[in-house]
Amino acid sequence: MRLRGDIRAPLASLILVFLALVPAYAWLANDPYVLTYFGRILAFALAALGLNLVLGFGGMASLGHAMYLGFGAYSVGILSTLGYINGWLHLAVALGVTCLIAVPVGWIALRTRGMAFIMITLAFAQLFFYVFVSLRTFGGDEGLSLTQLSDFGVLTGNKYAIYLSLLVTMLLTLWFIGRLVNSRFGLVLKATRYNARRVNAVGTASQPYRLVAYVISAQICAVAGYFMANLNGFVSPAMMSWLVSAELMVMVLLGGMATLFGPIAGAAGLLLIEDGLKLITPHWPLILGPLVFLVVLGMRQGIWGVLLPADEKAKQAGADH
Amino acid sequence: MTLSLVLGQALNGLQFGLLLFLMAAGLTLVFGIMSFVNLAHGSLYMFGAYFAATIAAHSGSFVLAVVLAAVLMFVLGLLLDAGGLQILHRRSHLDQVLATFGVVIFANELVRIAWGNAPIYMDAPDALSGAVDLMGMSYPAYRFAIIVVGLLVAVGLYLLIERTRIGMLIRAGATNRRMVASLGVNIGWLNRFVFALGAALAGLAGAMVGPILSIEPGMGEPVLILTLVVIVIGGIGSIRGAFFGALVVGVVDTLGRILIPVWLRETLDPAMATAAGPALASMLVYLMMAVILAFKPDGLFPVKARG
Repeated sequence: MRLRGDIRAPLASLILVFLALVPAYAWLANDPYVLTYFGRILAFALAALGLNLVLGFGGMASLGHAMYLGFGAYSVGILSTLGYINGWLHLAVALGVTCLIAVPVGWIALRTRGMAFIMITLAFAQLFFYVFVSLRTFGGDEGLSLTQLSDFGVLTGNKYAIYLSLLVTMLLTLWFIGRLVNSRFGLVLKATRYNARRVNAVGTASQPYRLVAYVISAQICAVAGYFMANLNGFVSPAMMSWLVSAELMVMVLLGGMATLFGPIAGAAGLLLIEDGLKLITPHWPLILGPLVFLVVLGMRQGIWGVLLPADEKAKQAGADH
Repeated sequence: MTLSLVLGQALNGLQFGLLLFLMAAGLTLVFGIMSFVNLAHGSLYMFGAYFAATIAAHSGSFVLAVVLAAVLMFVLGLLLDAGGLQILHRRSHLDQVLATFGVVIFANELVRIAWGNAPIYMDAPDALSGAVDLMGMSYPAYRFAIIVVGLLVAVGLYLLIERTRIGMLIRAGATNRRMVASLGVNIGWLNRFVFALGAALAGLAGAMVGPILSIEPGMGEPVLILTLVVIVIGGIGSIRGAFFGALVVGVVDTLGRILIPVWLRETLDPAMATAAGPALASMLVYLMMAVILAFKPDGLFPVKARG
């Protein structure tokens, strides 16, 4: 990991230690609700890590990643309803279905650039949103309460087990993305972000790299959706609405695009701000909206970029364009 | 399944398509000239509907409500552009999308505070509450009026853009704004006019759907997303593309919802058909977009890249 001698490394460690201590607190205080609460933050952080791979490192602004959350969640919901309760099967189906859909969707969407890419990913997400809205058998637009969670023997539905496996999954993903973006694959991906034409010109076809990154990031979001379903015991099309896709983007931007740890900070930041505002006023969107506007305009590098030491900033500025 | 039913639905599709055109025209013009994508376009539509419903309730005049709603939205467009949205013109599309997403959140809550969470309704004027006779087929007069207004606006926009000096400047600005600015045209005011025009058209669309839809917070988003589909299919920035794209999306969506369930019921067993029908019908527009973009990534009427 590239967290070097600045306050970002201690801050990241602090956040991770805090997240690791949540189960201990829950056990001591006998308050499993905090597991659900921080589990939600972890799940969104995981999804934001996935989105950052395409949005931050790959420069592909996908406004449709919430649909992959939905695939992960509905794999749990639909299979349990049909009586297939094995947790590994749920996970395998979530990953398999996501792959089957992300490949053609990515292939078509990546033919377009810039604005059209944002729109087409949004439209695909809407397509599947309406599919799940019209599945009356599985709750339709009201959603589906799960009577049976993914089956893992005695651990089924155990909040501690779900939280800890989610935390481990997020850490593994963080490590994996760190390795990935510093590999040869990651170099090409980051290069396509600046100029895909030049990448092609030096003899590397950029499109397969972009597509693979897109599919990997979709898979990560599907895993996040899988955990969300198990954490909440409830799946609904609302979790794949375009507002969630946009929120995921704001999380990545708030944390810092193309930084490793940024999405985790961004997800935690946005969700905590939201809940903080909810405590202050029932009309919290009235504050959140302008806040999002200001963050987008004023904090282009996100939390993690702002914390970057000055010499690193200069180095990155030199590397840009 | 009679012919007159299909024809009636085709007219409904045309009516829906023309409403989408009112939305798409503004969005695509703004994109064409300022390269600015505005997710809050759906919120402008929502405000148009609320303004019209409020004015109609207080004055009793439907025409006044629609006209005043459009005028108010024009003024609001001017104010919004002057008051901050113009900062976004120079930012990346991603920034524009997310910043205007913030505006959407804000606008929905504002409406909720001002008019409440419950849907409000608006009546069609008495003169248009009946049906018109179209060559032996009876069709609701109000929907027919929407078709007429939509077509009039389309013709008006065509004349404005192709036949007037300001339209010439808009076309020139879309091709190369810097060159237009250096020829002594105040491009800032041109942008502001186009943005306000788009806002007025969105407001007009919102005002006219008042009597056929319920007016509620968040009503702008479904329309916004279909509008985005329209302009992507048509080619972003092309007003001709927006027109044909809107008609195609309107007709395909409306007819699909009627014909697909019927067709499935004839081919599949009833239980399957009831389950798959609505799903397939609501996917249809997006599938069509995917197919079109797979072959023509820049849309049906691509606009040439500008310097």
